[in-house]
Amino acid sequence: MDEKDGEETTYEVPIGPIHPALKEPFLIKFKLDGEEIVDADPHPGMNHRGIEFMGMHRNPVKVIPLSERICGICSIVHQHMYTTAVEHAVDIVPTNRARYIRTIMMELERIHSHVLWAGVAAHEIGFDTHLHFTWKIREKVMDLLEKISGNRVNYSMWTFGGVRRDITEDMHPDIDETLDYYLDLYDKLEDIFLGDPSIRHRTKNIGILTEEDAMKLCGVGPTVRASGVKKDVRIDQPYAAYGDLDIDYVIPSRYDYEDVGDVFSKTLVRLKEVVQSINIIRQCVEKMPEGEITSEPNMAALLNKLKSAEGEGVGRIEAPRGEAMHYVRLVEDNEDVDCWKVRASTYNNLATYAPMFLGEQIADIPIIAASIDPCIGCMDRAEIVDVNTGEKEEYTDEELHELSVQKTERMLGGIDE
Amino acid sequence: MPTTTIYTLIKQLLTKKATNPFPVKYTPDNMHAAAELIEKGEVEINPPVEIPENYRGKIKYDKECCIGCKLCVRVCPSEALIFKEDESKVKHYVSRCTFCGQCVDICPQDCFEFTDEFLVAGLDKESEDLVINP
Repeated sequence: MDEKDGEETTYEVPIGPIHPALKEPFLIKFKLDGEEIVDADPHPGMNHRGIEFMGMHRNPVKVIPLSERICGICSIVHQHMYTTAVEHAVDIVPTNRARYIRTIMMELERIHSHVLWAGVAAHEIGFDTHLHFTWKIREKVMDLLEKISGNRVNYSMWTFGGVRRDITEDMHPDIDETLDYYLDLYDKLEDIFLGDPSIRHRTKNIGILTEEDAMKLCGVGPTVRASGVKKDVRIDQPYAAYGDLDIDYVIPSRYDYEDVGDVFSKTLVRLKEVVQSINIIRQCVEKMPEGEITSEPNMAALLNKLKSAEGEGVGRIEAPRGEAMHYVRLVEDNEDVDCWKVRASTYNNLATYAPMFLGEQIADIPIIAASIDPCIGCMDRAEIVDVNTGEKEEYTDEELHELSVQKTERMLGGIDE
Repeated sequence: MPTTTIYTLIKQLLTKKATNPFPVKYTPDNMHAAAELIEKGEVEINPPVEIPENYRGKIKYDKECCIGCKLCVRVCPSEALIFKEDESKVKHYVSRCTFCGQCVDICPQDCFEFTDEFLVAGLDKESEDLVINP
């Protein structure tokens, strides 16, 4: 801490857990020198929901609808990871058609997630018209998801061994129309988010994450692809139908931009991924094989099979926010899921905040915080932290001991009376 | 560019709104009073947007065909289905239902069916509409 004439020149400003600039409960402590940020310290753990605990008291089939409620935006992602983890544990192989349907659904969700993010980013820098514009165009893909699955969010499409609803031939014109709608609007989106001078001012060279830092801090998804790191589970370890498809890493240098890793690059990567998703869905619709949609059509038999199943499984996925993972363990004498662990992409990306905030101004905090597309609801499951941000920030060992002694004395006093 | 902005603004004044006002065309001062008026039939509701085919709405339960196998109770994630021992049928709490449809899929007798009904909000979760086969 700098000192001048005996006075401190840096200040500590906590932002969050509840703050107008943040959409979700989450705390970052900033050290400031005037307007400049000299240190940023993220504190996760403000939104513990105990969802894994709930899952461990239900049988594996009951957990499918629960798993998609981990996140409101990437519900398919969590559902897919959970089902693939259980499939891995008990050796169920999804049918080929199901793999393609899953891929289409996941890519539709990626479009919706990235368009939504663009709106949030615009809102953070004060362009609410763009927020309304992007959220309006996002409705189109949500309508399509509703048409396929029967609901706008929480699609309930997955089952062990496949999917529960088919994408039939008569839905293809709807899919085509939606994809065309986004392709037509893409130029406008690019014009708004990449061409507009005022947005460029707020995003260019702001919140830079260098390639070296991105690798060191194990960031995932568009956050690190914007820095030029070639990292994408869809290509590195293909799941669902991605192995059959023609896809490539989306990094800025592929589109004649520099791999800077600032907010602008992150916007660029996300917008280009919308086009990539459209391309992937087109390929899937074209190549979709005939056949059954699930390899376990009898749900009652499946339920009995899982009752005495034993094994461990892992499901990995490239979520719209980056790589995420589920771990599931089933044991023979426990009908319920024995262990369920979720690692969402935001958990990795939070560490990248530290270098991104350095040297920036207070006013840049919201857009930099939004640039990793944080989803605290997904991430905070395992930690219970009690931080009093008001008068006292941390308890020392002695103080805790003193509190404990006081409580004991209080309780003893109660017994005496 | 100002010309594009003006063009867009004029276009937006003339085109249909992206949202569909529901249940009434203009936001009433008091929503509860408006809901009561709709219930009495004094105010006409503005029709909702078209409900897609295969929509997952309120679940219809056919009590007669139920054989009491309890499979639906075993797959219901939110315990919205409660088995009634005395009559060997299930009781369905709509307020707890997540509309995942696993009961619809697993029922060997096809007693469950999705309907188009989506207006399932209410002030009393124990009311007649929200508990099926009480």
